[in-house]
Amino acid sequence: MLYHLNFGLIWKNIGKLEWGLLLSLELAVVAIAIGVVIGLGLALIYEQSSRPVRALVSLYVEFIRNVPLLLLVYLVFYGIPTVVDIRYDGVTSFLATLSLYAGAYLVEIFRAGLAAVPRGLTDAGRAIGLTPLQGFIHVRLPTMFRVILPSLSNTFVSLFKDTSVASVLAVPELTYGAQWINFNTFRIVEVYAVVTPMYLIAGYGILGALRLLERRFAVS
Amino acid sequence: MPGNPDTTGLPVVSIRGLEKSFGALAVLRGIDLDVARGDVVSIIGSSGSGKTTLLRCINALETYDNGSIQLDGVEVQFRNDEAGRRQRRNEWELARLRAETGMVFQLFYLFPHLTALQNVMLGLRKVRKMEVAEAKSVATDWLSRVGLADKAGSLPSQLSGGQQQRVGIARAAAMGPKVLLLDEITSALDPELVGEVLAVVRKLADDGMTMLMVTHEMAFAREASSRIIFIDAGRVAVEGAPGEVFREQANDRLRSFLARVSHL
Amino acid sequence: MFWSVIESLPFVWRGLLVTLGAAALTVSMSLVAGLLLGTIVTYAPWPARIPVRLFSDLIRGIPILVLIFFVYYGLPVTGLNLNNFAAGVLAITLFSTAQVVEITRGSLQSLHHGQMEAAKAIGLNFPQRLTYVIFPQAVRRFLPPWINSVTDAVKGTALLSLVGIVDLMLAIQQVIGRTYAPMPLYVLGALIYFVINYSLSSLSRRLEARYAYIKE
Ligand SMILES: Nc1ncnc2c1ncn2[C@@H]1O[C@H](COP(=O)(O)OP(=O)(O)OP(=O)(O)O)[C@@H](O)[C@H]1O
Ligand SMILES: [Mg+2]
Repeated sequence: MLYHLNFGLIWKNIGKLEWGLLLSLELAVVAIAIGVVIGLGLALIYEQSSRPVRALVSLYVEFIRNVPLLLLVYLVFYGIPTVVDIRYDGVTSFLATLSLYAGAYLVEIFRAGLAAVPRGLTDAGRAIGLTPLQGFIHVRLPTMFRVILPSLSNTFVSLFKDTSVASVLAVPELTYGAQWINFNTFRIVEVYAVVTPMYLIAGYGILGALRLLERRFAVS
Repeated sequence: MPGNPDTTGLPVVSIRGLEKSFGALAVLRGIDLDVARGDVVSIIGSSGSGKTTLLRCINALETYDNGSIQLDGVEVQFRNDEAGRRQRRNEWELARLRAETGMVFQLFYLFPHLTALQNVMLGLRKVRKMEVAEAKSVATDWLSRVGLADKAGSLPSQLSGGQQQRVGIARAAAMGPKVLLLDEITSALDPELVGEVLAVVRKLADDGMTMLMVTHEMAFAREASSRIIFIDAGRVAVEGAPGEVFREQANDRLRSFLARVSHL
Repeated sequence: MFWSVIESLPFVWRGLLVTLGAAALTVSMSLVAGLLLGTIVTYAPWPARIPVRLFSDLIRGIPILVLIFFVYYGLPVTGLNLNNFAAGVLAITLFSTAQVVEITRGSLQSLHHGQMEAAKAIGLNFPQRLTYVIFPQAVRRFLPPWINSVTDAVKGTALLSLVGIVDLMLAIQQVIGRTYAPMPLYVLGALIYFVINYSLSSLSRRLEARYAYIKE
C-alpha cells in the first residue's frame, strides 16, 4: 500500500492540538497541586497517628497504586454518580481522579522526604527557641522539599502523560485532539508525527526546566 | 609453575619502553623492567607516579599507548595483523592472557554473593575448566595455605578485612599465574590486620611465586623483596637490591621520597 | 440486578484471562528485550548505545495510550496487518521494554566497577563475567523496580480495552452496558486488579529478603 504524507489537514486542525496540549498541562498542574496537599497532609497524619489511622492511609495508597488509572477514571465518572447524588462534567471528574491518584504516589514521596530530614536539624530549631509549628514551617518543611524536589518533578511529568487518559471522557486534551483528527481525516501517521514531538518536547522541556530549578534549591 | 614452557633464564615479565597517557597527562614515559622467575619485585614511588597504572597494564585492565609488555615472550595486549599493523587483542585472547597473571586489589573486590571457597573456585571452574571435585580440592588447599580453611563457607561480609584480603590472594594464586601482581594490598586494612596478610605474601615468596608488588610498607619491601624499583616521572629511576637502594639512596628524588614515607 | 451481575461472572473471568495473557506476554518479551538492550546501554561502545538510548527516551517520553493508538492505527498504514491483540501487546511491550532497559542499566551501574575488574583479572571472558559475577549481584537491585514495572504492565493492559480487546476492563464495561450496575462491577474489577498487583508487590518484598545476604 502506498501512503502519501499530507500534513495539510493537520495544520488546518493544529488549533485542536495546541489547545489540547495547554489543557493537558493545566490538568497536570491542578492535579499535582491538589495531590501535594493530599500527599503532605496524609504523610503528616500517618506520622502522627495510631495504627488504625495508618492502616487507612496505607489502604488508600495501595488501592490507588494497584488499580489502573483508566478504571479509576470510569469509576469516578460513571460509578460514583449512581450511588451518590452528585453531578460533574468530564474535566471535573477527571481532575478529581487524577488528584487522588497523584496524592497516593505523593504520600510515599513525602513520607520518605520527612524521614530524610535529620533529627539534629529539628533539634537545632528547637534550640534557637522556635515553637514546634515554627520549627516545622521554617526548618523541616523547606529541608524536606529540597530533598523531594526531583521526585516531584518526575511525578509532574508522569501526570502530564497520564492526562492522555482523559480522552476517554471526551475531555479535549492533546490525545483527544489527536484521535479527533485521526477519525475525521484518517491522517494517522501525520497526526502522531506532530503529537509525539509535542509530548516529548513539553515533557522533557518541563523536566529540564525543573532540574534547573532543583539545582538552584539544591542542598549543597 | 605447572604448564609453563621451559624458558628458564628468560624473564617472566619483560617490559620495554612502556608509555601511557590519560589525555594530556603522560603517566608512564618509557618503563623498562624485567622480572625473572621467582623474583619478588617491589615498586615504590610517590602517589600518582603510575604504579597502579603499570600493574593494570600488565594485567590488561588498562591499555597502553606505546612499547611492549611480554609475558613469557608473548605480547600481552597487542598482536600484529596480516598487514603488520598493531592490533589490540580481542576479548577472548585478553581473557586467556589475563588468566596467566594474578591480581590482588587494594580493596579486595571479593565477589560478595559467593563464599570464600566459591570465590577461589570460580576461575578454576570456568577458566581452568576443572571438574567441581578438582576445583574444590585446589581451592580448599589454597584457603588453608592462607590460613582460612575454617572460613571456606563464609561470605565475604562475614570476614574481617585481613581475612578478605587473604581470600583475595588465594583467588589469584590458585589460578597458577606466571606472575602475581599486588597493588597496595594492605593499605585499606586496620594496622593490626596488616601482619597476617604480609605473612601470607612472605610465605608465597618463600614458595617461589613470582611477584610484582606495589607497597608503601618500606620495612616489608626491604625484607621480603629480591629487588626494588623506584618509579619517578614515569620512568624507572632507581633499581637494585633492597640493601643498595635503601643504603645508597642514589638520587635526590628517592631520598626525599624515603624521607617522606618514613615519617608516616 | 444482583443476579445479572452473578450471571456475568463467566464473561468477566474470560476477560481476566485475556488481561493475564496480555500481561504475561508483555512481561516475558519485555524482560528478554530489556535485559539485552539494558546490557548494551551499559557496556557497549557508543555507536551501539545511542540507538538504544534514543529508543528508551522516546518511548518513556510519550503516554502509553498514545503509543497504543499509534501502533494500533498506524501499523496498517505501513502495510503490516496485526490483529488488535497483537498490536496492543506490541505497544505495551515497547513501553515495558524501555522501563526494563532503565532498570537493568540502573542495577548494573550500581555495582562497584571493581567487581568487573576482579572478574576480568581471573580471566573470565565477557559473557562469563556477566553470568557468574555481575548478574547474580545485580538481581537484588533489579527485582524491586522490575516488579513495579510488572504491575505497571498489568495496569497498562487496561488501556487495551480502548482498541477493542475484550480484556478484564472491557468485559466489565460490557457487562455494565447490559446490567446498568456500574458501581458493583467497577469495584469488582478494581478488587481483581488490586489482588493481582498487590500479590506481585508482596512477592517482590519476599524476593528482596531472599537476596539480602549479598552485602557489598
Ligand atoms: N582512568 C584514569 N583516567 C584519568 N587519569 C587517571 C586514570 N587512572 C589514573 N589516572 C591518573 O594517572 C596518574 C597515575 O595514577 P596511578 O593510580 O597509577 O598512581 P599510583 O602511583 O598508583 O598512586 P597511588 O600511590 O596514589 O596509588 C594519577 O595522576 C591519576 O590521577
Ligand atoms: Mg595506586
